[in-house]
Amino acid sequence: MDDLFQEFLAETAESLAVLDVELVRFERETSDTTILSNIFRLMHTIKGTCGFLGLPRLGSVAHAGENILGKFRDGELEVTPRAVTLILKAIDRIRTLLAEMEATGAEPPGSDEELINEINALAADGPVAEAPAPSAAPVAMPSFSDEGFPVAAELLVEVAEVLNSQPAAVQPVAAAPVAAAPSPVAAPAKPAPAAAQKDPEVKESATAASSIRVNVDVIENLMTLISELVLTRNQLLQTQRGQKDNDFKVPLQRLSHITSDLQDGVTRMRMQPIGNAWNKLPRIVRDLAVETGKKIELVMKGAETELDRQILEMIKDPLTHMVRNSADHGIEDGAHRLAAGKPETGTIALDAYHESGHIYIRIADDGRGLNVERIRQKAVANGLTTEAAIAGMSEQQILQFIFRPGFSTAEVVTSVSGRGVGMDVVRTNIERIGGTIELSSVAGSGTTVLIKIPLTLAIVSALIVESSLQRFAIPQLNVVELVGVSDRSEARIETVNTSPVLRLRDRLLPLVSLRNALGLEPEGTSQDRFVIVAQVGTNTFGIIVDRVFDTEEIVVKPVAPILRGTRFYAGNTILGDGSVIMILDPNGLSNFANQLDSTESRSEMQDDSAIGTAGDQSSFLLFRAGGEELKAIPLELVSRIEELPIASIEQVGGRRVIQYGQHLMPLIPFDADHEWSARKLQRVLVFSDNGRCMALAVSEVVDIVRDRLTIELHSSCPGLLGSAIIAGKAVDVVDISHFLAQAFADWFEIADMNAGVRRALLVDDSPFFRNLIAPLLTSANWSVTTASDGTEALKLREDGQQFDVIISDVEMPNLNGLALAEAIRSDTRWGQIPLIALSSHAKEDDITAGREAGFNEYLAKSDPTRLPESLARALRQVTSRNEAGSELRRAS
Amino acid sequence: MTPDAQTRTTAAARHDNDAEAFVTFTIAGQLFGVPVTQVQDILTPDAVAPVPGGPAEVRGLINLRGRIVTVIDMRTRLSLPRGEAKTGMCVTVECGGEPYTLWVDSVGDVIKLPRALREANPATLDAVWRDVADAVYRTDQGLLVALNIDRLMAIGTKS
Repeated sequence: MDDLFQEFLAETAESLAVLDVELVRFERETSDTTILSNIFRLMHTIKGTCGFLGLPRLGSVAHAGENILGKFRDGELEVTPRAVTLILKAIDRIRTLLAEMEATGAEPPGSDEELINEINALAADGPVAEAPAPSAAPVAMPSFSDEGFPVAAELLVEVAEVLNSQPAAVQPVAAAPVAAAPSPVAAPAKPAPAAAQKDPEVKESATAASSIRVNVDVIENLMTLISELVLTRNQLLQTQRGQKDNDFKVPLQRLSHITSDLQDGVTRMRMQPIGNAWNKLPRIVRDLAVETGKKIELVMKGAETELDRQILEMIKDPLTHMVRNSADHGIEDGAHRLAAGKPETGTIALDAYHESGHIYIRIADDGRGLNVERIRQKAVANGLTTEAAIAGMSEQQILQFIFRPGFSTAEVVTSVSGRGVGMDVVRTNIERIGGTIELSSVAGSGTTVLIKIPLTLAIVSALIVESSLQRFAIPQLNVVELVGVSDRSEARIETVNTSPVLRLRDRLLPLVSLRNALGLEPEGTSQDRFVIVAQVGTNTFGIIVDRVFDTEEIVVKPVAPILRGTRFYAGNTILGDGSVIMILDPNGLSNFANQLDSTESRSEMQDDSAIGTAGDQSSFLLFRAGGEELKAIPLELVSRIEELPIASIEQVGGRRVIQYGQHLMPLIPFDADHEWSARKLQRVLVFSDNGRCMALAVSEVVDIVRDRLTIELHSSCPGLLGSAIIAGKAVDVVDISHFLAQAFADWFEIADMNAGVRRALLVDDSPFFRNLIAPLLTSANWSVTTASDGTEALKLREDGQQFDVIISDVEMPNLNGLALAEAIRSDTRWGQIPLIALSSHAKEDDITAGREAGFNEYLAKSDPTRLPESLARALRQVTSRNEAGSELRRAS
Repeated sequence: MTPDAQTRTTAAARHDNDAEAFVTFTIAGQLFGVPVTQVQDILTPDAVAPVPGGPAEVRGLINLRGRIVTVIDMRTRLSLPRGEAKTGMCVTVECGGEPYTLWVDSVGDVIKLPRALREANPATLDAVWRDVADAVYRTDQGLLVALNIDRLMAIGTKS
């Protein structure tokens, strides 16, 4: 009997979860009879089982609920929010009773008369009685808080879900007699007691064969044991490795395989569909919509995506919080939405999917978006930053303030959100499990939050490395590649100022020395070292270590509380040989790397990198050439920094060149009065593109810094874009295209000078890109007009301006590139002008969308070194139709 | 293990309202005590894995039968000069569900001290010591400083 009782509790908890979801669906689609009969069936089963087990109190509440449902089904009662609320209230009551029964083992004493009377009153009212009914003073809303959901019942649901049971489909047979035969007379549906008594038996035979319920503790315990088994297995393998072949080898290998399989199996057992964390959301959104009088639709995709139980638990609250935020603050009320030209019903979309060892969860709403201005004011008012500091920040950076502790923009604290527990808690929770959270918002069209979390926490694969004779583990997930470096190898560690960098396939990679980061004594150094190329979010950097051992499966254990302040560690573990080892947190090291870059912008950097985005910041190489002024150039454009012996410089046809590999590389002095023989060695910056290289002679390389670029003063001096403040210093920003053009007259396919000046319109909201691309175009003999967004561009059309080509960014405020393209194509004035899209998103879908909107070419911004070339090619292609002769130019 | 057995036999002393049993140990010649009921294990540590970048008081981590235990260097904790000695003994205690082990110079006996011998911390006691000491006892081996584990582990929360 006890087993049966337990079974009933779990079963009912499951049904209630389904009921919540189904009822909310039903409220929207009142005509869908399948949903209704499903709801009716579930409620009926609960009632029936109560009768069978002798639980009168529970039974009577379920009966009252069923009563209304029956009237819905027979069309006697209209489906009103009030009626649905009452049924939900009944469900809540059943849940409360279940929790008490779970704790005490018996039905608690007490009466539900008040609730039942209320329900019966509604049932008696009938369809016409709706108006006189006391609907003006609706029943108090049931408690929506999480606390209202008994934990025990929820856990039971989850156990069942672990075992992949299908809660909604368990009693199809039981439902048949009731649902299939509605009485012709519209009597309240009172099923025969016989049918009710049959239910549990029928259901049991249907499901018992395929799944069983297991207590969560049992699985957790099993997981711990497996973890220990993995460790012991590793220990054995380690011992065996040092031995010659012996009798243990084969059985040990078998043991090893079985252990791995077992580990997989238990890990899978712990996996649950993310839908389990979502099933409360429709109800929450529905209640919120009723309370605030908005119309909100919740769309959920990828609910079957599985992830570890432990992680599921930890993201539940953050998810709920964010969906509440979207519903409460994000979505406007119907009138405002209609006024803004949006559909009256707001949409909150939840989307979960797997990608490269991570789970991504996207929460997007089509509401009003975040109010950047208010965040700005609030951040200053709360003392999180200063007026001056915030003036220089991009929108994206300002948005990040909502993740700061003590930040909440809700002016009115409603019952649902804005209680001071804010996005900072969400971010902390997500980061605690090794995830990242990114936020983007477009005023007027909505907010999107993207969460990235690891699949499982328990066992990860890690690379074991050594520095100063101490071993550390680095999670394999963050490791991109390993590079062996020595003085003899091709890859070498170089220093720019004091920051170490690695030249890797024409890129300069910032490096962190593990020894320096952790303050280790220089012990056991050797010439040969390794660089571990690690990736955190979008940030790639290298970690210098002395040695690299193999990879090991490790069980991540959290560090003791007194070590939590140390930002470099993600945890610790015991290795196969029994030794304790610290697990490095690449996130912490990446922050350290950024700090090395620029001490001035330290605090900003930490914030940015912590969420995996670096805002609009880029790395710059600072150098001096011809005078004391600092010059800056985007680091991405530089492929190498070299020091050449003066003797190797030759003169050919009045130009300086150096032999570089098999080719001659032109060498251009930055300063025309450059003194070539001042020193024995000449420092040069090498730029390369498509197999061609050029070197720029400079006097001294100063530093590499990370900062945002805002050109303060524009320059008329050739070779300079203008002046800017980078890392607190005034610098001249170099226009590299000027020098490239000197080195190769055809670098940008400079058009025939006699063809006359052609006009290009460049639309991009980023001043950085405008400043980068405009000179490229100018040097190719285009006359360039710029606009910072689509609206501004269309104004030019109104002014009657004409262009030969329009190059536009895709993501822009106000009017984005796609909308701009459509606007251009829909009007004859600019309809025939070739359009080139320039975007940081260049996936297949984006390109298709771009072409559909009317773009002729679609270029990726992501690779700045290729940009000049691909832009030149695109220009040729789009303009070739209009201009005969361009083919000839290309051939020559 | 003998220390375990020892712990168990003397645990009975706890019920004696007039006296309390302490595991005693010495650090830089000074006698200290921790209530025997709070001691889980006494061991001679080997293979302490350092935690670079961690608090100075943390000497490292050890593997105690599959559990990772944080080793607290008591000399550093008590603002004493760190001894040259590479050897020492460890007294394992639990604080907030986490195991810690106190690295001391040497571990002495378990002694039962009558409450009558208990005295409040002398006003002249060093501020760091006063913070972690519950009381002092007069014993025939000299003064014993009774340590409070919770306050001892509150590293980094002061200052």
